[in-house]
Amino acid sequence: MWDSSRPGLRPSSNNCANSKESKVGKQFTGIDIGSRTIKLVVVDEKGEIVLSLQTDTSFDPIFEAKKLLNGVHCDGIIATGYGRNLFEIAFDAPTVTEIKAHAIGARALFPDARTVLDIGGQDSKAIALFEDGRVRKFEMNDRCAAGTGKFLEIMARTLGFTIEDFGREALLAETDLNISSMCTVFAESEVTSLIAKGENRREIARGLHASVIRRAAGMIQRVANGGDIVFTGGVAKNTCMQKMLSEKLGRNVLVAADPQQVGALGAALLVAKKMNIIR
Amino acid sequence: MTADYRLMWTNLGLDLNAHDALLAVLGKAYQEIYLSQKNRPDAMGYFDFVMSEVHGLRIKELLDEKAAGRKIIGSYCVFVPEEIVLAANATLVGLCSGADFATENVEKLLPRNTCALIKSSFGFKVGKVCPYLESADMIVGENTCDGKKKAYETLGHLVKNLYVMDLPQVKSEQGKALLRAEYGRFKAAVEKLTSATVTPESLKKAILTVNAKRAAIHRLSSLRKADPTPISGLDALLANQVFFYDNPARFTESVNKLCDELEKRVKDKTGVFPEKTPRILVSGCPQAVPNWKLPLIVETSGAVIVGEESCVGERGTRNLTDESGETIEEMMEDIVDRYFQVDCAIFTPNPDRLNHIEEMVKAFKADGVIHYGLQFCQPYLMESIPVEKALEEKGIPCLRIETDYSMEDVGQLKTRVEAFIEQLR
Repeated sequence: MWDSSRPGLRPSSNNCANSKESKVGKQFTGIDIGSRTIKLVVVDEKGEIVLSLQTDTSFDPIFEAKKLLNGVHCDGIIATGYGRNLFEIAFDAPTVTEIKAHAIGARALFPDARTVLDIGGQDSKAIALFEDGRVRKFEMNDRCAAGTGKFLEIMARTLGFTIEDFGREALLAETDLNISSMCTVFAESEVTSLIAKGENRREIARGLHASVIRRAAGMIQRVANGGDIVFTGGVAKNTCMQKMLSEKLGRNVLVAADPQQVGALGAALLVAKKMNIIR
Repeated sequence: MTADYRLMWTNLGLDLNAHDALLAVLGKAYQEIYLSQKNRPDAMGYFDFVMSEVHGLRIKELLDEKAAGRKIIGSYCVFVPEEIVLAANATLVGLCSGADFATENVEKLLPRNTCALIKSSFGFKVGKVCPYLESADMIVGENTCDGKKKAYETLGHLVKNLYVMDLPQVKSEQGKALLRAEYGRFKAAVEKLTSATVTPESLKKAILTVNAKRAAIHRLSSLRKADPTPISGLDALLANQVFFYDNPARFTESVNKLCDELEKRVKDKTGVFPEKTPRILVSGCPQAVPNWKLPLIVETSGAVIVGEESCVGERGTRNLTDESGETIEEMMEDIVDRYFQVDCAIFTPNPDRLNHIEEMVKAFKADGVIHYGLQFCQPYLMESIPVEKALEEKGIPCLRIETDYSMEDVGQLKTRVEAFIEQLR
């Protein structure tokens, strides 16, 4: 049930459809409305994940969010992601930025983490944490899609790879072709001209990965200089990105079993923290 | 909008359709951004009125002044000394540069990667929508950054009455000598324009008038040190913006009236936001009317802006001109001294600005600094990195943002600002 007495958690009959009293204790939900996918994570009173769902954002994120929430039992919800304000209006629910959500989520999975890199569909962020896990400093990409999941997705398509295979195929290349444009539009023309020259598409793919890594590494170095990096967001699933990031910075790269859910996990844990269930 | 104004605008050569469109957008933005704020001081009603008549009644007043023999001088920079203008029987107004207008036409004249402020000043000219510019008998350009000084070469072909003032870039004796010579040359040019002679009496009176205006703003700033803060950053910025347009004496009186009300609020602990709301200092590029993008994002994300280290703000108003001079030479030297202290990022090196930011953080009890940089504004963007580094070394959180006048990055800016505020809590 909703507990309206807790700060930052407003009750709403719309929030969790079919919400019923659970026998297993209280449950807390985080929903991360990203540009490409909506992620939902439910945690229990110990902060353990009891449910983890994902769907495409589509053109109607609120409709998709409602579908995702259907039947989910929860005692509190916080929204994050670029669609958090839409959710806030539609569901009268509190929000948290992706930056703080990823910081909390990453820290729950890797308790010593001091640096987080989140690359999602349209944003990339490097986050440095204090020893106690609070955000110390962050960097975020500018307004365009350069260096984000969207960039990789468009480039994979141009080269005829699926997004799932893109990283694996790139890793099979023996060398990477230099791609100088970071702009999605210019890079696509650059790729097209490399294809026309008959260059190996795996090498082009590897070059594209390297260009994203250069940018991400720059952001990380501006916020924090050493230690392991927790890599989150959809792009963290890409094995070539993981490997190249580690090589480029000479630092360990830690990736969760499902790195795309880390923001939603952080939001869910924040609900429990705000209700003083966990620390 | 009365018929009188339409005739007035037509006579000034404005493009009425484009101007109507501008006023419609401006009116709507003002409604949504300003009038929807909660707990506003009643005395802001004066500034609401000024804004509603910013292209109407105020222009009529300027045209009436012209009919009575005064001259109007338009400026784009806080280095243009208002004291000299007033003493020579002219009125100084800030020219429009806070919104994108006629961008496609502007980009035929200027490179695309020119800062929004410069592009805007051209947009208002080529779009024929700035009645201040069209009323001005002299337009003063000043050699500050490279963007502006080269842009004035082109602006000189668009307006008949451009006067370019050179400015020093180093705070040395030679630099000061240049400023002294340029202010002397400017005084002569204004005297020629108005056929009036600057006298010790008129210059003294002008110094007192402009100082009074600055002192009123100092009073306003100092009230913002209270927690809860009695006025929003948006409203305080507006007062600082109107500083450039309004009749000086009336402006002073209105700001003081506002301060009377704010003093009561401080005594009663009444604020626009609750006590302990995170407090932000904005530092960097000027925010000209109607550029309210950043304060709107900040103040709808759970923080309050308590000060602007900016030309539209403390950098422009903090120093007074010494009032003890008796002769023209003494007073001109006092004016040179006063303006030479402005810590604009065109100066190299520019340590005063960093010191001033740190002083302001302390004085206004700011929890963090947002460095506001306009895209392609090299001087401020260059300084933003050492500023951030120095603040972080002192444990003062700093967020550097780089933006323009468009709305396309509002979502990302909001995320960054919100995350920064989460950091401060």
